[in-house]
Amino acid sequence: MSDDQLKHALAELAMAHRDQLGGLMPLLHAVQKQYGYIPEICAATVAPVFRLSTAEVDGVISFYHQFKSRPQGKHRVQICRAEACQANGCRSLEQFSKDHLQLDYGESSDDGLISLDSVYCLGLCSHGPAVRVDDELYVQVDNEKMTRIIRELTS
Amino acid sequence: MTRKIYVPADSCAIALGADKVAASLELQLGPEFNVIRNGSRGLFWLEPLIEVESEQGRIAYGPVLPDNIDEAFVNAVKSAGKHPLCLGLTEEIPELKCQQRLSFARLGITDPLNIDDYIAHGGFEGLHTALTLSAQEIVDEVQTSGLRGRGGAAFPTGIKWQTVLTTEASQKHIVCNADEGDSGTFADRLMMEGDPFCLIEGMIIAGLAVGADKGFIYLRSEYPRAATQLQQAIDIAEANHFLGNNIAGSDKCFRLELRIGAEAYICGEETSLLRSLEGKRGMVSAKPPIPAISGLMGQPTIVNNVITLASVPFILAKGAEHYQSFGLGRSRGTLAFQLAGNIKRGGLYEFAFGMSLRELVFDIAGGCRHGDAHAIQIGGPLGAYLPESLWDTELDYEAFATIEAGIGHGGIVLFNQDVNLAQQARFAMEFCAAESCGKCTPCRIGSTRGTEVMDRIIARQSTDQNLELLDDLCDTMELGSLCAMGGMTVIPVRSAKQHFPEDFHSGAQSRD
Repeated sequence: MSDDQLKHALAELAMAHRDQLGGLMPLLHAVQKQYGYIPEICAATVAPVFRLSTAEVDGVISFYHQFKSRPQGKHRVQICRAEACQANGCRSLEQFSKDHLQLDYGESSDDGLISLDSVYCLGLCSHGPAVRVDDELYVQVDNEKMTRIIRELTS
Repeated sequence: MTRKIYVPADSCAIALGADKVAASLELQLGPEFNVIRNGSRGLFWLEPLIEVESEQGRIAYGPVLPDNIDEAFVNAVKSAGKHPLCLGLTEEIPELKCQQRLSFARLGITDPLNIDDYIAHGGFEGLHTALTLSAQEIVDEVQTSGLRGRGGAAFPTGIKWQTVLTTEASQKHIVCNADEGDSGTFADRLMMEGDPFCLIEGMIIAGLAVGADKGFIYLRSEYPRAATQLQQAIDIAEANHFLGNNIAGSDKCFRLELRIGAEAYICGEETSLLRSLEGKRGMVSAKPPIPAISGLMGQPTIVNNVITLASVPFILAKGAEHYQSFGLGRSRGTLAFQLAGNIKRGGLYEFAFGMSLRELVFDIAGGCRHGDAHAIQIGGPLGAYLPESLWDTELDYEAFATIEAGIGHGGIVLFNQDVNLAQQARFAMEFCAAESCGKCTPCRIGSTRGTEVMDRIIARQSTDQNLELLDDLCDTMELGSLCAMGGMTVIPVRSAKQHFPEDFHSGAQSRD
């Protein structure tokens, strides 16, 4: 897709949310859903539609952990690192997963398959450690189960 | 006639294999059985908890994992008969039987998206009562009930509603704070997944009470299943004329929209949430003005937590006096306690205020699953770590205030002897640094410096000086922060240091 085509598509998406109260957030969700991240030219393209400056839109994008400014892996693996999961051993699961994937939080694998992120609570707090892969949830994840989850993603 | 068999479609149950169990049962039971995907009963250690209709009532089996479904199990289920996994009548399971399920009366009993089922189990009774009352009368009912905000701050709901009712404006809003970000809490999630119409009904009543015809549910994106359940429930309620124009045949209207957050813990703070709803950075703003006077788009706005709003239908249906008769002192009604962490029987426990922490965590929920209980954190990541000497404290808002702790949203996380409280204090600072909105210096910089100070304490570098520095920093954050994020981060830090000094001092053996 050329830059012009991308701009056109983004502007069209923005128009659909222009008249919605606080429409910028739903728009950014829609952009991320469509492209897997928020392309760099998004802010400048959609800003005039919402009568905002590019800086204001950039400010919103950078505020939220979920909005990504770089292309992401095909699958997003999130490990819960909140207290209830810590009580069930997530600290060691975090280290194991980082070593196993050779990724730190916020990084993606070179083959573009997996992005690793942390998450603060998935609401599965009696069955930690909890892990989310895209919209799938996993509970009582130990190193062995994590290895299996990753193997399924890579095979 | 077909018989009903229930397999929960709750996130936790699904993560444990409930979808596979349901598919497998559907295949093997044949057409004389109707598999219903109900909500979870909240007894997570028994999930997936399967129930079969019988003449005596529903018979429970659990935990039923996909591997457990063999011929013997299928035969047992068909006759609602004996099996090693059989738990007897669901209603007689001791941990459920002892509860006072008021706000969660329908949890796990109904099909969450079947509106007829909802109505058959008392749904919309509160709304029908509300439609016969004036706005002031509805607010008075909520005032009389003694209901306080269940999101953590415990502000009297009736006072908030009265302020919005009294403030004149051309447009008012009802906003449901469904940004349940606190670790150890899942009551909101259970309500939204398991009884979404109850939340919707509460929001409609709130709208009638203050003259607002527009509502928003601000849901965190970490709850994908709650999002699909709520959106479907909203669509169904609209199609059945409980949302939109002329709700339930009246001349009132109320529209409801679901909005999704984007992974920012701070958006659980109400002013931050409102900015996010407006499509902005979730920056906290100073109060006053309070949202009840100047909230969403500068208009009077009720911002209430999921359980607060979902408690309202019961209050209107059964009467404020009835709700008020539960609890004690200034803590009236029930609270949905959530037992989490290293816990034997984790799940949702709705009880009137007043039981001791020890009774709930040990006598009822069974204490630790592995090892010996060492610390309890109550009230989420901004809540205190409590040592055994304080576990006899009564579970009510005032009793917890006297021990410099809070019940908050009712989340209770149990840790065994492996926990190092200095590490937990460090995590509290690190979490604050990651999630601070950045508007005020004590929170933004204080948390980063706090993480560094904790690193030095953990490394046993100049311990006494660094502990003094930590005290000083905690004072600054508490007194100087704009909102609870920075102001309350000191609670887990101070309580860890005060109650578990052995993890902070150089004389002690490091246990990590």
